[in-house]
Amino acid sequence: MPDASRPMPGAASLLPLEISSLRYDVGEDRLIDNISLTIDSSGISVIMGANGAGKSLLLRLIHGLLRPSGGDVRWNGSALNLATRQRQALVFQKPVLMRRSVAANIDFVLKSRDGQDRQRRDQLLQEAGLYRQRQQPARLLSGGEQQKLALARALATEPEVLLLDEPCASIDSASTLQIENLLRQTRERGVKIILVTHDIGQARRLADDVVFIHAGRLREYQPAATFFDSPKSDEAGAYLQGRIVI
Amino acid sequence: MQDFSNAFGLAASLIFSADADLIEIIALSLRVSVSAVVLAALIGFPLGALTAVAHFPGRQTLTVTLNALMGLPPVVVGLLVYMALSRAGPLGWMGLLYSPTAMIIAQTILVAPIIAALSRQVIEDIHKEYDEQFRSLCIPAHRVMTALIWDSRYSLLTVMLAGFGRAIAEVGAVIIVGGNIDHLTRVMTTAIALETSKGDLALALALGFVLLILALSVNAAVYSLRASARRLSYA
Repeated sequence: MPDASRPMPGAASLLPLEISSLRYDVGEDRLIDNISLTIDSSGISVIMGANGAGKSLLLRLIHGLLRPSGGDVRWNGSALNLATRQRQALVFQKPVLMRRSVAANIDFVLKSRDGQDRQRRDQLLQEAGLYRQRQQPARLLSGGEQQKLALARALATEPEVLLLDEPCASIDSASTLQIENLLRQTRERGVKIILVTHDIGQARRLADDVVFIHAGRLREYQPAATFFDSPKSDEAGAYLQGRIVI
Repeated sequence: MQDFSNAFGLAASLIFSADADLIEIIALSLRVSVSAVVLAALIGFPLGALTAVAHFPGRQTLTVTLNALMGLPPVVVGLLVYMALSRAGPLGWMGLLYSPTAMIIAQTILVAPIIAALSRQVIEDIHKEYDEQFRSLCIPAHRVMTALIWDSRYSLLTVMLAGFGRAIAEVGAVIIVGGNIDHLTRVMTTAIALETSKGDLALALALGFVLLILALSVNAAVYSLRASARRLSYA
């Protein structure tokens, strides 16, 4: 039986994430344009960019939910396959919760992996601040609570890499704070986090390094402090100043 | 009009006096139709889920076939089951002809395509919603199918209701394979057919009212179940 309090597995075995010449086309439109990037650091990598820059698409391509039109994604040298994907979890911007109770949403994932573990489920719900609501229908939770449940469900898979697509885009400040705290705890357990956000404040609070993309192209990949202090690209500079970037 | 008022009176007296023959006919009708619907659901739900979720050669053909089989004529099904179960037929050794089991088999064949085709649509809708999340969580295919069936259970109840409606109201197949034998294979619809042919329209209408009340009760029960599930966001 897994010990709920033990540190999660380190990300060392899945990293580096190597993206080479990645492209994604829809018809004539090139939405991801020749992105090459290697992420080898632990901690939280934040993918930033204006709306429509291709951040969520890039995350889906990294996770293998979409098949690239060209290029390659490799995790520690391995192509995307079931084994590498099972070691990741993705939290969507709009949580897709099952038509079941809060607890049953976690149980479903636990059963699919190691078998049902009530202690682990309760631990996850306590960490997410949802233990009291465990018997409630998941879809009757508030938006923030639903997102926390989606995060707890993702963590139930004990991922080595946690991918998040704008998890706090439409939730209240208190839930945002709780989710950010959960992400910090998860980082401390050695889980690599790749977070998509267009919230500059959130990126400043959480990022260890920043990938900035614009119009489907990689503009820069820097340690967070460097990126926020002296962005190299004009687009990133304009974005950080709050100007509209086209 | 005289027949209608007589029928109302007769139906009420049959129901309130708990007429033994009527109870026996209702019980057998329910036993046959409910058994057929449950069996058809056991066949139809996985088949519906398979055609909704899986990609395999012939999927389109199977979907079109299931849709077409929704309109199976009961008498044709009755005839085919009759030929299969008759003494000279391939299953004649089982001695099932003119038994409730034969009626259940015939109704299962009639109802299974309805349940499969309608559940495919229900499960396809929920699959669209869950698909990306399930793929992200790397849920195995068999667990995806069972989860989709379970999570659409309240909508599938309505699908079962459609199957039940077809089964309980059906006369052509059960009269051929059951033979309408008193105290053995006589159900509501065959009894109505018999009484009509005998000219006892009041009794036939009375039985018809009982059948309607039965169908209304089952519908109301399922409706209220779905309504409470919807309140809890489970439907």
